[in-house]
Amino acid sequence: MNRISRRKFLTGGLITTAGVSSLAVAGGLAKRYGLVPPDGGGIFGPGETLTYAAHRLFSRHALAREFPRSMISKTPFANSIAPLSTEFKGLQSRGFTDWRLSIDGMVARPVTLSLGDLKSFPMRNQITEVVCEEGWSYVAEWIGTPLFEILKAAGASPQGRYVVYFSIEPDWWESIDIADALHPQTLVTWAMNDGDLPVEFGGPLRLRIPKQLGYKSVKFLTRVMVTDSPRGFVSSLDPKSPNYGYSWFAGI
Amino acid sequence: MGSWYASRVSTAAPLLNERPRHSSLVRVTHWITVIAFIALLVTGVEILISHPRFYWGETGNSLSAPLFKIPIPSSRQTVPTGYGYVLPDQNGWSRYLHFEAAWVLIITGLVYLGFGLWTRHFRKNLFPGRSERTWSAFRVVIAKHLRLAPPDEADLYSYNVLQRVTYLVVVFGLFPLVVVTGLAMSPAFNSAAPWIVDALGGRQSARTLHFLLSISLVLFLIVHVGMVMVTGFARRMREMIIGNAGVPREHA
Repeated sequence: MNRISRRKFLTGGLITTAGVSSLAVAGGLAKRYGLVPPDGGGIFGPGETLTYAAHRLFSRHALAREFPRSMISKTPFANSIAPLSTEFKGLQSRGFTDWRLSIDGMVARPVTLSLGDLKSFPMRNQITEVVCEEGWSYVAEWIGTPLFEILKAAGASPQGRYVVYFSIEPDWWESIDIADALHPQTLVTWAMNDGDLPVEFGGPLRLRIPKQLGYKSVKFLTRVMVTDSPRGFVSSLDPKSPNYGYSWFAGI
Repeated sequence: MGSWYASRVSTAAPLLNERPRHSSLVRVTHWITVIAFIALLVTGVEILISHPRFYWGETGNSLSAPLFKIPIPSSRQTVPTGYGYVLPDQNGWSRYLHFEAAWVLIITGLVYLGFGLWTRHFRKNLFPGRSERTWSAFRVVIAKHLRLAPPDEADLYSYNVLQRVTYLVVVFGLFPLVVVTGLAMSPAFNSAAPWIVDALGGRQSARTLHFLLSISLVLFLIVHVGMVMVTGFARRMREMIIGNAGVPREHA
């Protein structure tokens, strides 16, 4: 080994050591400040963690783009859904008058709300885009109750770091972190464009999260649970997951 | 496969007195980029299959008129393709890998950019010299290619003006743009930097541009690998892997 290659060897060794130790420090800091997503392990963990951490550091409070009324799509596209359950059809035949949304988990006052109760909360309407992971999109006006208003009324615990939410249809749930749950545009939606939210678009109730891809906007919402750990309700590459193996954080 | 060219160069020169054809930083970042690009290409095709239709503007879906479509079957039954069957859905791992490889590409690109500026790599090896920044210099090189003339001595140690301009377009044009158009498809990124997606003409325009830029990069890849094969595959690979191919120092 001559002098030049020894110098190179030492420099290379130093750079590698510095790189590995700064990665370890960055990993520790990310964990401490809640910048690691629930699916931040495994071979795709580093990529997921970088994406989630970047968004939590730089776009946590940013608002999804809202559009002028003239940009509302003439042809909104309702993605296909599995045949609806008899439970859903029963509620549908009674005009959804006894549809209920329950808020439970780490809340001071668990509540169950009818569609009428929801409409007594402060409402919000927003013209935002639905973006599907497949590539297509449309713009519509969405009218509903911001999720943070409901969480506030139920007295959500400050220890609650995640919100898991369920469809009335079997094996259909998603989870988001508290930052997106309390985001002003995260909307428990009951109307679209000029009328009630149509069933094919998730009516009577859908949680719309315009800062994430469409698959996080669960249709036929019946239950919202505040928790400190989303364990068991994280979409991932786990083949047992009913969520197609898509990444948990869909802000991308 | 170009051995006529390789044989013109003495490979018997002593290895000790050599300057590498490519610096170690260029070699390492080159091959990491190769791996990341292949991963992005394969998963990109997989994601494209779920909606092989392209639009211009903000929105577009199966109910609206496409700008153009790729005549292939789809992995979604909701896409009208004209084929009577649906391909399996592989978007889960494809999306995980696509975004992880994108991080590898971006970090590698930033390291390459930083060191390239620091070591004046771009100035020394990529920006054409004053005498080359003329149309006649271009004409000379193009004419040489059209005559299929063998490369001369200078081609062994540096890039001609056509190569320099091509690499500059790829490094400072195609790669940054493919990253930006990719980011402009992220709903959370668009909330933080709405002016980027607006400047690109909308979300669907960004997706279409992302596809066209990827096609341009694939065309570059084909020509690049083709030229490597024509000018001596083994020699060029040696230069890009271990740094030199037996060029005596006095020529360097």
